[in-house]
Order: sequence, then structure tokens, then C-alpha cells
Amino acid sequence: MRKMLNCANFNQDRNGVISVGFNSIVCVKQVPDTANVTSDAMTPEGTVNRSALPTIFNPEDLHALETALEIRDRFGGTVTVVTMGPPKAADVLRACLYRGADRAVLLTDRRAAASDTLATSYILSQAVKTIGNFDFVFCGRQAIDGDTAQTGPQIAEKLEIPQVTYLEEVIDVKDGAAKTARIRRNIGNGFEIVDVQLPALITVIETANEPRPFAAKKVMRNKHAAVPAEVTPEDAESLKAKGLLLEQWTLDDINADLNRCGLAGSPTKVFRVESIVLTKEGFTEVEPTEEGITALIQELISERTL
Amino acid sequence: MGNFYLDNEDIQFYFKAIDVKKLAEIQEDYAENGDADYVPYDLDDAVDNYRRVLEIAGQIAADTLAKNAEQVDEEGNTLNDDGTVTLNPKVRENLDKMGAADLMGFTLPRRYGGLNCPTLIYTMATEIVSRGDVSFMNMFGLQGIAETINAFASQEIKDETLSRFCTGEVTGAMVLTEPDAGSDLQSVRLRADYDEATGQWLLNGVKRFITNGCGEILLTLARSEHEIEDGRGLSLFISERNECVKVRHLEHKLGIHGSPTCELVFTNCPAKLIGDRQRGLITYVMALMNGARLGIAAQSLGVAEAAFRLARVYANSRCQFGGPIENLPAVAELLTDSRVSIEAARALTYETAAVCDQEHNAQRVTETVPDLPKEKSMPLKRLMKSLKRLNAMLTPMSKFYSSEMCNKVAYDAIQVLGGSGYMKDYAAERYARDARITNIYEGTSQLQVVAAIKGITSGIFQSYVEEFEQTVYEDAELEALKAQLVSAKEKVVQGVEFVKAKSVTYTDLNARRLVEMGCDVIIGHYLLKQAALCDRKKTVLKYFMAREMPLIEKNLLQILGGCQLAVDSYLEIVGPVPAAE
Repeated sequence: MRKMLNCANFNQDRNGVISVGFNSIVCVKQVPDTANVTSDAMTPEGTVNRSALPTIFNPEDLHALETALEIRDRFGGTVTVVTMGPPKAADVLRACLYRGADRAVLLTDRRAAASDTLATSYILSQAVKTIGNFDFVFCGRQAIDGDTAQTGPQIAEKLEIPQVTYLEEVIDVKDGAAKTARIRRNIGNGFEIVDVQLPALITVIETANEPRPFAAKKVMRNKHAAVPAEVTPEDAESLKAKGLLLEQWTLDDINADLNRCGLAGSPTKVFRVESIVLTKEGFTEVEPTEEGITALIQELISERTL
Repeated sequence: MGNFYLDNEDIQFYFKAIDVKKLAEIQEDYAENGDADYVPYDLDDAVDNYRRVLEIAGQIAADTLAKNAEQVDEEGNTLNDDGTVTLNPKVRENLDKMGAADLMGFTLPRRYGGLNCPTLIYTMATEIVSRGDVSFMNMFGLQGIAETINAFASQEIKDETLSRFCTGEVTGAMVLTEPDAGSDLQSVRLRADYDEATGQWLLNGVKRFITNGCGEILLTLARSEHEIEDGRGLSLFISERNECVKVRHLEHKLGIHGSPTCELVFTNCPAKLIGDRQRGLITYVMALMNGARLGIAAQSLGVAEAAFRLARVYANSRCQFGGPIENLPAVAELLTDSRVSIEAARALTYETAAVCDQEHNAQRVTETVPDLPKEKSMPLKRLMKSLKRLNAMLTPMSKFYSSEMCNKVAYDAIQVLGGSGYMKDYAAERYARDARITNIYEGTSQLQVVAAIKGITSGIFQSYVEEFEQTVYEDAELEALKAQLVSAKEKVVQGVEFVKAKSVTYTDLNARRLVEMGCDVIIGHYLLKQAALCDRKKTVLKYFMAREMPLIEKNLLQILGGCQLAVDSYLEIVGPVPAAE
């Protein structure tokens, strides 16, 4: 590892600017704080009442960001964060800057509303392509609002790059003509070590690291940062002069095919929302024999648990 | 995810109780910013920054320091054979976190990468950090060393060192105490000799009980004038860690195990002079010590807060005789007493910190701003002088009052937990052990009394309190409480007149009682001011007055009683010196 620190990693962007190290793009999301749900969290129609819920930085995305920041701190490079959401989602972008992200992009467009994971991953993949020049795309494993864990893997598919899910540790990175990373991933009852060719998309789980606290000076500076939608045009000009105007993109900026965005691009339809209270109904004892296990498995299959 | 700032309403209350915006104004006046890009836009922005900084400190204290504290206490640090010290990995982690969060240059100017926060905010942060791990405060709180360098060292030394403090790359130590020079620093013997050949100073000798003596930057008090035996022969030197300084011994202490306490041996250690020769003790170390004392007052608040919270949770959940033990009057009183004492000590410490800010900034502006117009510099100089005298009383009072308070609170926390509190299973015993140092180091309580009594006997106390008496409260109840404080002040004055008329010895003997009385009166006025802002504080004030006013009476009666037997009949009472075992 130490040896690699001495080797430079060269990236050249479209303008011919050479940067050293590994460039990461981190997809982050502002989510309702589902751990603090109040009784008015759902509307009578069964949809989520977003205005009644406090918003937070999706927890696993913080670990994705930390992974990217650690790679940059060790090997050089840059960390760009991108989020899709309403202007208020700039909160999570600022939180990334407080921790040391280099660049932040908000993707906000009414035409992206009601996107399911297919449409979202398409939009984010277009944003990643527009940012360009990356070695890693990091996502949290899943968001606490939808809990699908689909968006990350689907972005990888659309970018046609390899993906590694459930990252616990970046063991090693190698530069050169073919950059690779060695990654330990959690597979539930153990771990697996995989080598992956870069660029790759990685989803990160919360045991991977401990997100760093805010850095005071970065807070003092970047608390003033905003996207144009949050401020008046005059204030936007003055922020721009100070380098504090964050990038705000629409679907047009990322050359998105509108048929693949928003409602039009979302085959997933919410059929019904139910409030389910889990109750314990006794237990079944399974004999630790061939027959006992077979019976259990058959039961699970018939109940469609497996 | 806890936060020791956001969960503490009383600390946050001080953004209302003290005019923090005013402190921001004097802090930003002529601030040297270099090319810092994090300068506040205006004063409200500066105050908002303070809150955000405390929030970061609060998070690290809760999520990192507090979690690591037990292991740090158990394992301590390690002395290596080659005279170096390896910090406990958890202490290292604490330091790295604080450094990465930009919290190691709290009060330094922005041109060196510091946050340029007022002392008040630093004091709050110190309390918050100490609540997480009392011992770690000794790393965090050593920022006073960087402040001393900033105040007195040459530009060259400042440029070399200060930015490294801010990033957390280096920590410092104030290297003062020697085996035969503890409370009496005038008798420091470590030699400093100027080597004409190399043009540098060389240090030789032994220092003892040096907090973080294994740190990278040492500020060492040494005798540069060998023919002068008292404090005027001492100068202050700075050196980087090198092999000419070895840690010979790491002390085994009752508490604060995370803080390495070193015995240092200097052998021809090259060093640079700070400021002028001969001013080492009388000017520089005195300034350093004053800041450090305020730090210990804040550290005391932190440990008391931690102990109180533990006891409160326990008293609320532990059931005996059919209910939680906090329903029992005796237990309720232990907790109420603790909470009121913490708030009283916090008022004294924070108000003192705000006075320090006014003094320091007046001094900074008058000394460092060239071509300051006379109409600005003259009043500032006058202000600085009067504040210096006031601070010479308030700072030792804060240290004395808070450190004694935290020992009582930590002791009572064990009492609330009963048998469980005596066991290692709970942190109560650790808090009590950690608290025990606070009224010893940076000058014992007895020495704080010696420093504070001057202000009480010289009339500074009286004029300071009489300013507060001018305030007229709309609330009749508060006016009545104020009247009690006026009468209490008169008792202090009466006591002072009595001891002065009797003898110097009798004054020394009663100094502690007079300082305790003085602290109560001053705190009473602070709480009165707070009670006008907040109903709960009014209740706190009432409790405080009901508890303390009879003690003032008792102290006065004891003083007027004239008993000097502790001195006059010392041998008769204490008996012969026991045979050494």
C-alpha cells in the first residue's frame, strides 16, 4: 500500500487538465427521518406526507461519502457529490462540503418527480456521465425511505460498468493503465474479497467506516453555499463571485431522454399502502434432522419466503 | 449519535444570558485574517459560527471521547525504553478527530488557521470536551500554549509553530514544575545557558509532573540569570521534541489516566527564547496560568455535568421502597444541590470568561494595532487595566469554586448510586477520581484563595458587586433577593474589616471563608440577572439563596469569633509528628 502512495495516478479530463489520484462521484439522498415518524407521516390517501417529516442525510450515503473521502485523502483525487431532489436537498450537499467534498451538484427538475428506481437510476447515470472522468461511483446500499437497494446497482447497469455491493472495506487500489480495486464485501454470514476493474460502482454499508464530523472552517465557509433555486438572482451572483454557488442541473443539462424520467419512465406503480403491525404468533420447533430441515424449507417455499 | 452541546440547555442559555454578539464584535475588531476564506460576514454570522463549532465539539465529545473514555482510563499511555511515550490509540483517535474538525486552534487568529473564537466559546467547548473525557481536556485545553506563543513570541516562532497547532499536527506542554518547585515556581532551577558559539540557548535539568510532557512543542520555564534567585531570574523557552529531552517516568495517577504526566530530563536541549529575558515567570507564565485556570474551571464543570447526569438517570430508574429513589427527599436534595451548584459554577466561570475576552481583546488591540487613534487607545488601555485587576480576582475564584464544586458533585453522584457507585461497573468512580485533580493542579484551591483574597480585601470585589446592585428589577421578588445580596455584601465587608484589624495571619486564616462569601455574592448577582430572563432560573436562584445566605452568616460569625487556634495552638492540637512507618 505504501508503495502505491508513491505512484501517481493520472487522470486527464476533457480540457486536458491532469489530476492525480482517484476521482469519486458519490450519489447521496435527502430522506425523511423514518426513525422519527409521527402520526401525520402518512396522508389519508396512503402516500407519504413529506412536509410532516424531518429530513436527514440518508445514513448509508454518509458511509459512501466517507469511503470516497478516505480514498481521496490517502491517494489524492477528487470527490464530487450529486443528489437529485427539490432545492431543499441542497442541505445534504452542504453537509458533504462540511466534511470535505470538493464539488456538489443538485439535480432538480419537476419532470423528474415521481421517478421510481428505474427512472432515478437512469437520471443519476446521466448525471454521472455528465460529470465524467471518474474511477468510482459510490452509493449507500439503500435509502431508508424506499429501502429498495436497487438504485445503485441499476446505475451501474446503465453506465455499463462493474458493480460491487455491500462494501465494508477498500483493501487496496492499484493505478496504472488498468486501475483496479480490491474490496471486501459483506455477504451476510461472512465476507468476500473481490477485485474489480475501475471505473466501478460500489454500494456501501454502515459497518464500512465511521463518517467524519464536520470540519469547523468548512462549515463557516460553506454554510453560505446555495443552489440558485434557494436564493435571489442577485444573491446568486454574489455567491458565484465567492465560489459558493452550487451547481444546479435540470434534465436538459444531462441530456436525459424525458420518456425515461419521472412518471413516464417509471413502470413501478404503488398499488396500495398498508400499515402492518408485526405480531409474534408462537414458534415452531424444527428437529435438527434431514427430515426436519426439509420440512422447514418446503414450508418456507410454499409461503414464498424463499 | 449524541451531542453534548445540543443536549445541554444551560450552556445554550448563555447565548442569551451573555451578550455574545458584543464579544464577537471585540473579537473581530482588527482580527488578523490572512487570506482565510471562512471569515464571518457580520456579527450575527460570527455568533452562528460559534454555535456550529460547539455543535461539532458536542458531537465528537458524545460520539468519540465519551465512548473511548473507559478504555483510555483502564489502559493509559505507554512509556517506551527510549524515553518516548506512545499515546493510547484511543487518545490518538480523539486527537485526530478534533484536529480534522479544526478544533485544535480554537482561539488563534485566522492567519494561522485558527477559528478566532472568544474565550467564552472556548470555555464552553472545554466543558463539553471534559464531559466526554476529563483527561482529554488536558490535550484540548493545552491550546493556551499556542495562545502564549501568539501573545509573546517572535513572528518567526509564531510562523513556525502556530499553524501546526491548528491542524492538530502538534500538541504542547507547559513545562514549569520541578521536584522542588511546585506551588513555589520562583525556585525553578532548570538551567538555561546561552551558547555563544552556536547562538542558541541550551537547557539542562529535570522537570516533574508535566502534563503531556511528551508533546511536540515544549514551553519551558528555566533560570537564565544564574545570579538572580527569585522569579526575576526566569525566562521562558520553546523547543521542539528531540532526543535531548527524555521522558524518564510516566506518573501513575489516581485519575485522568489518558493524560500523560511526565518527568522530563533535559540534556543540552537547544531552545529559543520567548519574548524577553527575565519575564518568563512574572509576565508570560502568569498570563498562561490565568488562561489555564479558567480551563480547569471549565473542566470541572464538564466532569460535574457528567457525574450529575449519571446520578440523575440512576435515581430515576432505580426503584426502592416502591418507587424511584429520586422520590425520596434525601436523594432529591443531593441531586438538586448538585444541579444548582453546577449552574452556579457555570455562571461564575462563563461570566469570568467573558471578562477575559474583554481584557484580552483590549490588550490585543492596544498592543498590536499600529497607529491606533488616541481616542480609541486611551479608553481601551484604561479598560484593560481595570479588567486585569478584576480578572485577577474572578479567575482564581472560578477555578476555586468550580473545582471544589465538581469534587462534591462527583462524590455525591457515587452516593446516589450507593453500592453500585462504588463499583467499577459505573463511571461514577472514574468521575470522582478524575475530579480530584481539579482543585490541585494549576494551583491548589489554597493558592487560588491567596490570589482571590486580594481582590476582596482591596475593594475590587465591593465596587464590582455595587455595579450589579444598580440594576433595578421589575419583579418585586427579585428586588427582595437583591436586597439579601446587598446585605450579604455588607457581611463580607464587615468580615474584611475585622480580619484586617486583627492581623495578617488572621486574614490568611480566614481568606478561604471570605472568598467563599465573595463567590456567593457575585454568583447571586449573575443568577439574579438570569432569573430576570427565565422563570426556571428564578427557582434556581431561590434555592441558591436559601442554601448560601445562611452559610455567609455562619462564615461571618466564625470570622468575628476570632479563633486563631489552628495557628496559635497548632502543635498542641495536632500533636507530635507521627513516626514514619
